[in-house]
Amino acid sequence: MSEHTKADPATEGRRGFITKALAICCGGLATLTPVGAAIWAVLDPLRRTAGAGSFLRVADLANLPDDGQPRQFPVITDRVDAWTGYDAEPIGAVYVKREKGSDTVEALSATCPHAGCFVEMDKESKCFRCPCHNSAFTLDGGIVAPSPSPRPMDSLECQIDKSGSILVKWQNFYTGIEEKVARP
Amino acid sequence: MSTTAPQADSTPKPSSGLLGGLADWFDDRTGYRALVHEALYERVPGGARWRYVWGSCLVFAFMTQVITGLVLWASYSASAQTAWESVYYIQHEMAGGWLLRGIHHVMAQAMVVLLALHLMQVVIDGAYRAPREVNFWLGLILMQLVLGMALTGYLLPWDQKGYWATRVATNLAGLVPLVGPSLQQLVVGGPDYGHHTLTRFFALHAGFLPATLVGFLVLHLTLFRKHGLHAKQPITKPDAMFWPDQVLKDAVAMLAVMAVVLGVILMPALRAMLAGEPIVTGHLGAELGAPADPSQPYAAARPEWYFLFLFQFLKVFEGWGASGEFLGAIVVPGLTLGLMFLMPIIGRWKLGHRFNVAFTLAILAGAGLLTAMALHEDYYALWADKTAYADVEELLKKTGGDEQQLAAALGNDEAKLAEFEKRRHEYEAIRKSEAFLVAVKQAKADAERAVDLAGRPEKIPPAGALSLVRSDPLSQGPLLFAQHCASCHAHIDPAKPEAAAIFAQASAANLFEFGGLVWARGLLDPEQVAGPAYFGNTAHSDGDMVSFVTDELSDPDLWKPDEVEAVIVALAAEAELPTGGASADLVAKGRGLMADTDRCGSCHAYADNETELGYAPDLNGWGSREWLVGIITDPTHQRFYPEDNDRMPSFGVGSNGGPPTLTEDQIGLIADWLRGSWYRPAGH
Ligand code: FES
Repeated sequence: MSEHTKADPATEGRRGFITKALAICCGGLATLTPVGAAIWAVLDPLRRTAGAGSFLRVADLANLPDDGQPRQFPVITDRVDAWTGYDAEPIGAVYVKREKGSDTVEALSATCPHAGCFVEMDKESKCFRCPCHNSAFTLDGGIVAPSPSPRPMDSLECQIDKSGSILVKWQNFYTGIEEKVARP
Repeated sequence: MSTTAPQADSTPKPSSGLLGGLADWFDDRTGYRALVHEALYERVPGGARWRYVWGSCLVFAFMTQVITGLVLWASYSASAQTAWESVYYIQHEMAGGWLLRGIHHVMAQAMVVLLALHLMQVVIDGAYRAPREVNFWLGLILMQLVLGMALTGYLLPWDQKGYWATRVATNLAGLVPLVGPSLQQLVVGGPDYGHHTLTRFFALHAGFLPATLVGFLVLHLTLFRKHGLHAKQPITKPDAMFWPDQVLKDAVAMLAVMAVVLGVILMPALRAMLAGEPIVTGHLGAELGAPADPSQPYAAARPEWYFLFLFQFLKVFEGWGASGEFLGAIVVPGLTLGLMFLMPIIGRWKLGHRFNVAFTLAILAGAGLLTAMALHEDYYALWADKTAYADVEELLKKTGGDEQQLAAALGNDEAKLAEFEKRRHEYEAIRKSEAFLVAVKQAKADAERAVDLAGRPEKIPPAGALSLVRSDPLSQGPLLFAQHCASCHAHIDPAKPEAAAIFAQASAANLFEFGGLVWARGLLDPEQVAGPAYFGNTAHSDGDMVSFVTDELSDPDLWKPDEVEAVIVALAAEAELPTGGASADLVAKGRGLMADTDRCGSCHAYADNETELGYAPDLNGWGSREWLVGIITDPTHQRFYPEDNDRMPSFGVGSNGGPPTLTEDQIGLIADWLRGSWYRPAGH
């Protein structure tokens, strides 16, 4: 059994400080490890990108009448969702139109630039309409004021390949802002 | 009722007997009596009151959510292929699943209402004032946690409704300055919505948020006990004890809440019972929409009703551009919340307290008003009189909405134009509402169909319910038809009153029940064959078939009526569609006439009549699935119209070696839909 001796206050204070500091360090380090691991894993989605937009075939030029009427086509491609690989899945839609006598086409993304709902065509009123907050757009994609949407519908790059297929560069854009900025 | 607090009765005292001894032993080791005493014997200054029940009701509602939530969790599976499927199973196949889910769903809404009541009571009573400021702040944090759980819970069934609402909500989160886009990506679990959106939302909904909530709730209750109940002044009655006086009031209130929740769940059952209809338990409680499909628009997209005011609030900023969006979704709600946090400080002054009360009531009233506006806009068409705007409709149709033409039609009169614009606005509002109501109906039909498909004896395949929907002729047929065929062909029951107008606009045959008895009868009817429902609007309008029907078939010397009838049933039989109970003899007779080279067989190949293909469509298997798939794939094939195909694209053949417009599966879906061949649940 040790004998109880009274330490001098200076040593006591120093010892006390070291003890406290050590306790906090050990406890802190021990706790920070799982927290760090958790944060690392939670941030994983930030590393993932959709990849640069690629040109996808949506239709044949021959099947798109040159009447200036936009027509809706699904965008179909292989898609990976975390651990599942889908082949030839519809991932979105575009409106494509061809002016009279033209050999080129114009495409608009069906994703609403306001907050991402699916813009539909209102044939009767000859405009596009988003069902969510009633943004309306002209058949060229322009804003019909007043609109909750900050910008016109997003146009997509188009190409016609040798076999006469219409290719559209499928991209997602940030919604709710004035500039059209592609998501990475 | 006791007038003084019964202190003496409630102090712990040593007990006798075996049970008492055991209790003493346990108390010695845990001190449970003091704890229980502490919990129950709290003074309620001025006696128990109904206005104090809201806090307890909220705790009760939360406990209900924990109990039902844990059991739901035991049956739920968070992934893009299993979320909808497992919720379907809970709702439609598990014993009591509909009730469990119904309680969880409706209680969540009750909780939002209780939150508002609790907040109102605290603010009006000034219960946030010193020394209870911190507890008020804890309460505000708890409120946000509850709303966060409501928001995250909405997605979990992975149906169209939850999916599209979550897209909007997470896109709005992306507007937070600087961190927005990263925040959004973290919540969504990647650049796109999928498995990880579900796993994350589920972890938030069932793990992180409730755990945090429990932590804050413990603090909230501890501080509540520390400062005691804030009694509403003036105190006129003597004090009472929490147990049993206030507990009784609390318990009655909880029971009332539960009764309301059950009432909401069972109301449709009661209605069905009164109407003498069968009660389908799967339809009670919480809704389950069609499985989430990013490629299918969902025009009925709306948030849950208690977020409807925020949704409507976004529309207030119409025409403000991006700053409006930012203001409506982030700044104003943020400032409102910030101001609420400041309430205890503002409330130190008498005027400040009044301001707080007014502010809280104004917010609740504003939210109520916005909700009413949202509902009014959506359901406007139910009571608005569209016929009053027939002139607007007509003028718009005539001018195609062109500004100059409109002005000219109105005589370039400014006043008239302004008046017209006003009425046009009204008219558009009705149309928007109509579109919404149609969308809601469609959403309901889609949901029911998905549930029917999931309930097939074969069950849901591993690829999930969406794959079932996508391979269902009844779901996909109309979509594919609308997209690829409807620009020329009509598809409407000719008996319908609006059919004539639709035929007039079509430029090819009506395909409603193509190949069936009615269709074949119309084809061979001299009155109809050259009409717009058949060849009228096509290049074949003066072709050989039309002249054959009008000139020869109508001549009773050449064709006896029963012979025509025999050909009609034989055609339906060839299409493998119902022949209306026609005798085998009649069918055989018709087939004979079809093959006869003096009759149909003079142009059409059929059976062994040796007529060459190419001049007229093949009658072998005419209208059958195989025949339909063939003509949609390539109408210029030898069997159909190699020479005189009228504008119909070869959907199954790619041009210049490219891929075809429609895949084999898609063509099959169209053919099956046209033939009415799709899964029908037993009893339908
Ligand atoms: S998402 Fe289209 S208007 Fe809001």
